[in-house]
Amino acid sequence: MLRKDSAPGVEPKLTQGHAGTAIPHESAHLHVTGQACYTDDINLPSNTLFAYVGLSHASHATIKSLDLDAVRSAHGVVSVITADDIPGLKDIGPVMPGDPLITKSSVEFYGQVLFAVAATSQSDARRAARLARVEYDPLPANLDIEAGRKADSYISPMHCQQKGNVELAIDNAPFSLEGKFASGGQEQMYLEGQVSIAIPQEDGNMLIHTSSQNPSEGQKLVAEVLGIDHSRVTVEVRRMGGGFGGKETHANQWACLAAVFANETKRPVRMRLARADDFSSTGKRHPFESRYRVGFDKEGRIRGLDIDLYGGCGMSADLSNAIVDRAMFHIDNCYYLPAVRVRGYRVKTHTVSNTAFRGFGGPQGILAIENVIEQIATATGIDPLKVREQNFYTDEGNRNRTHYAQTIEQHIIKPLVTRLTETSDYYERRKDIRNFNAENDVLKRGISLTPVKFGISFTMQHMNQAGALLHIYTDGSIQLNHGGTEMGQGLYTKVAQIVAREFSVELSRITCTATRTDKVPNTSPTAASSGSDLNGMAARDAATKLKTRLCDFAEKHFSTPRSSIRFDNGQVLVGKKKYPFEDIIKLAYHHRISLSATGYYRTPKIYYDRETATGRPFFYFAYGAAVAETIIDTLSGEYRVLRVDICQDVGQSLNPAIDIGQIEGGFVQGMGWLTTEELKWDQTGRLASNGPATYKIPAVGDTPSEFNVELFPNSPNTEATIFHSKAVGEPPLVLGISVWTAIRDAISSIAEYRISPVLDAPATPEQVLAACDDLRSSRAL
Amino acid sequence: MVSFILNGEPHLAENLPPETTVLDYLREDLGRTGTKEGCASGDCGACTVVIAEAHEEKLQYRTSNACITLLGTLHGKQLITVENLSSGQALHQCQQAMIDCHGSQCGFCTPGFVMSLFAHFKNHASPDRDEIIESLGGNLCRCTGYKPILNAGISMYENGNTDEFDKSEKEILKKLASLPKADPGLQANSRAFVAPTSVDELAGILLDHPNARLLAGGTDFGLEITQALAQPELIAYTGNIESMTRIEVTKNIMHIGGAATYSNVSPALISHWPELKELLNRLGSVQIRNQGTIGGNVANASPIADTLPPLLALDATVTLRKGAQQRTLALKDFFVRYKVTALEESEFIESIQIPLRDSSDYFAVYKVSKRIEDDISAVCLAVRWRLDGETVSDVRIAYGGLADIPKRSITAEKALKGRALTESSIREAMAAIPQEFSPIDDVRASALYREKLAKNLLFRAYLATIQGDATLRVADYVT
Repeated sequence: MLRKDSAPGVEPKLTQGHAGTAIPHESAHLHVTGQACYTDDINLPSNTLFAYVGLSHASHATIKSLDLDAVRSAHGVVSVITADDIPGLKDIGPVMPGDPLITKSSVEFYGQVLFAVAATSQSDARRAARLARVEYDPLPANLDIEAGRKADSYISPMHCQQKGNVELAIDNAPFSLEGKFASGGQEQMYLEGQVSIAIPQEDGNMLIHTSSQNPSEGQKLVAEVLGIDHSRVTVEVRRMGGGFGGKETHANQWACLAAVFANETKRPVRMRLARADDFSSTGKRHPFESRYRVGFDKEGRIRGLDIDLYGGCGMSADLSNAIVDRAMFHIDNCYYLPAVRVRGYRVKTHTVSNTAFRGFGGPQGILAIENVIEQIATATGIDPLKVREQNFYTDEGNRNRTHYAQTIEQHIIKPLVTRLTETSDYYERRKDIRNFNAENDVLKRGISLTPVKFGISFTMQHMNQAGALLHIYTDGSIQLNHGGTEMGQGLYTKVAQIVAREFSVELSRITCTATRTDKVPNTSPTAASSGSDLNGMAARDAATKLKTRLCDFAEKHFSTPRSSIRFDNGQVLVGKKKYPFEDIIKLAYHHRISLSATGYYRTPKIYYDRETATGRPFFYFAYGAAVAETIIDTLSGEYRVLRVDICQDVGQSLNPAIDIGQIEGGFVQGMGWLTTEELKWDQTGRLASNGPATYKIPAVGDTPSEFNVELFPNSPNTEATIFHSKAVGEPPLVLGISVWTAIRDAISSIAEYRISPVLDAPATPEQVLAACDDLRSSRAL
Repeated sequence: MVSFILNGEPHLAENLPPETTVLDYLREDLGRTGTKEGCASGDCGACTVVIAEAHEEKLQYRTSNACITLLGTLHGKQLITVENLSSGQALHQCQQAMIDCHGSQCGFCTPGFVMSLFAHFKNHASPDRDEIIESLGGNLCRCTGYKPILNAGISMYENGNTDEFDKSEKEILKKLASLPKADPGLQANSRAFVAPTSVDELAGILLDHPNARLLAGGTDFGLEITQALAQPELIAYTGNIESMTRIEVTKNIMHIGGAATYSNVSPALISHWPELKELLNRLGSVQIRNQGTIGGNVANASPIADTLPPLLALDATVTLRKGAQQRTLALKDFFVRYKVTALEESEFIESIQIPLRDSSDYFAVYKVSKRIEDDISAVCLAVRWRLDGETVSDVRIAYGGLADIPKRSITAEKALKGRALTESSIREAMAAIPQEFSPIDDVRASALYREKLAKNLLFRAYLATIQGDATLRVADYVT
């Protein structure tokens, strides 16, 4: 190593553009001019076919008959396929089977693919797909968690994490209460819908362009569906118009269908879902129910928590096992639980298979415990913030081990919350709000602080690895490739900044190329907030290798000690002489030094033993907290968020501008999950909220008019992550919970904070009015 | 053949199906892929383009959702897409501001935001946060949380409020004037898009082709095309009929042409009924209001149409036309049942009339929806009452979202008329509502919530009348 990594806590002197500095997204100039090329923008040959799917109109049934004559004879149709036409693998379940590419004899959700059609235009394909005549024999359908639970319908066995004797702890506690709580699902609503293009290559090979967070899995499944070697399929992803988890596994089906048609017709095939079908036929965030019993003392300290989590998985496993696990791993949030039992149930329902969504179960677990905290606060009459602080993990009294036996090593939450309490003026404003509420009947205000501790790493150990590929060309320009995908989170920007910092060259020398399975193989999905942790380290490894090679060469060529060689701002200093970076590169090339390297990284220290439900599943934790203030209208249930203050721990930021963008965007997305985003199905199991007209994600006016975001200062990651940064993708989403608790606080004022309002999530205006009415009638009693 | 200005130059489009949308034409026919398809239903704004028209010797720049704008409507106008904003290497102020403020993440919504910001820049001389929010209300972003985009909307004015488009304005006006005036239209395989320029012509077309689809904006009709994949035989566009886009006030009556857009009608409506301002600003989005018409809203007869409760409360009438025949109906008699109106075959709405207010009328309009921007009402209430002393001498209470048609509550009106406006009389009126309406449960709201809202909003109108609405509305606390 030429340069020792800076010690934690010491800010190195940074050059603008390098990792650690705020610069715009690498594609910003393309975004604003319409030149950024997304999958659907790729210029296709004139013989391209357009594929579409025929979807089921029943949620649970056997298919009595499927008459596709009218589809086949429709205008422009070139090919129609059913399950029988798939040459290889017919089930594309990512972890275990259960997700037929095209279903054959039975239907397990409304919107399941029954057949696919390829035509000479998108509109012809869509029109033809509607002409099938399908007869169903209906079967009883379990459309929600409650129905699935009653029918004892699960996609896999329950998993339990346990610490101490929870019954005893609760029974012996001075106070206890029990209850249940539900949170709804959430549609990813990436602005760019699912889309894939398959372009047949010579000798039966296949090139896929797709909007996917997981090109390697797409490659594997396309190959297996076609019945060919993985090596014959290349998947390319330059960028996605948003993913949020919805394109981790649920992008595969469309790529596979396009590939089957391309393989059959030897023509390029594009498969793009219309928005309503994207809503109906791709998975969402899991709805959850929790049933709990908690024991606590008069200060609100938890003595024991017994909680059952029911995740609504939909019709198949998909990633649900890991998602329910992550909910369980986060049932403690920032709180020490002396005794705990958490049981995670994976409920099967006859709805679309739910999948990854930013947070991956973590937010649902945290929301469940935050609800418990709120109940304790009402029961004890203590400020919910004080209850939270009482329960924070701390080394004092060894209150520092999680329910899965990982020790909390970096105690950030307490100082972070203390700082935020001051910067947000929490206590003063809380007083003002109480006065306001005493004077106003119709409008009520609320304020709340919620924290987050989010575990960073895939909980599947083997997924915590990454690769990179780095080329330096003879003009000194650098081409960078890695296994991570760009979905707007700024991964390409950050990794390029890391490489620029490693070589100490101008960022403009570096070109990021599209993620491709033929450049870096066997990659993990870009998910779990891990993108820059994993790919940044892999790219740095490649850069380090090349630098070492260049130094070895320079040492010999210039006959100078290694210590006299330094890369500095686009120059290479050799003793007292300065050479432009490109001159050294040219020189090295002429001396036959390889200017290409791969990089690799695997996360150290992590493991989890599912048998004992203990281990260290997370390399580290990212922390944050938010204070939200809301105002509600107790006549209509309408509300507004008046102010939000956030303090987020990102370690030593790789790019403060991008990190703040992740925090603000994540927060608003989390707020949407718990306020206006409501998924509704009709009695037949058809998703009724199947587009942005009926499914309301936050709009511009929902952004808090006062919205202060701070990166927690001077807090480098104590683990050896890339430049001691921390992951930032998912944790801030959890902070949206503060809006839900602030709405709850406002409602609570109706009964002078003595009664806990019943407020499941999302807290739509309708739910808020119902909760207000409940409290008004309880107060009247 | 449709002629318009694209990329600053005249452009001809022909031999295309009548339902061809601007978005499909740009992306599929021209390969101009900067404009994105997000939802194809006018709800996300990713496909936002700007359409400029000559207006009083200036160009008037307005956003539109290209996904539900039909190509035929562009005749004689300038289409500006995201590819056109920069001149050479120099980005437009709104583009540069988006970069500087980190306003893009995934970038897919960005072209639409850029176009909305551009139109805002052309229509507002200086930055104002609330106005920017209004301009961006129809653009969804799933990544940023909007704050950096709002910042961009403010900082794009840092170097003044003029741009390259000002310099070329005269030239574009000249080019617009020289576009062929000939009957615009599109035709493919006997299916056609026609754009008559007089009411008589339109009336004739509808007599000859009773099944022709009338395009008066098309923010709802567009969905039939993009979602239901409709392929109409004949589309007759009303937007080029000058007399039907006019707004006039004569003898205490406001006349609104059946083809006047919300954006064109709003200033006049708000000047007479300032209470309509919030509703009109929350009706769809700017893109929708630039395209949609009140005539279309009435003819579509949706129970949740936002302009209908206030029009009912204001005793509006509609003038219908069939061939040479004209007749005028009270709006309350126009709605028959769900999406069925008094319109006969070949008949259309020529204009809408609203009697101007009596200055002593109290008027209020409340819209409740899940989201503030660009959302459809769960319930909309319009109330108008006149008080003689304490006595209610005249009253109209009209609801959207409570029945299969927009409808007045006759029993609630009866409970108040001739009585003092007191808490007990208003509670009687509230109690009457469930007898008269049985609202539906649907994706937007439950029947129970709708019923509660119907009562509570009426109660709010009462509170606002007797105590003023200073402490009644959450929106007033957003700074």
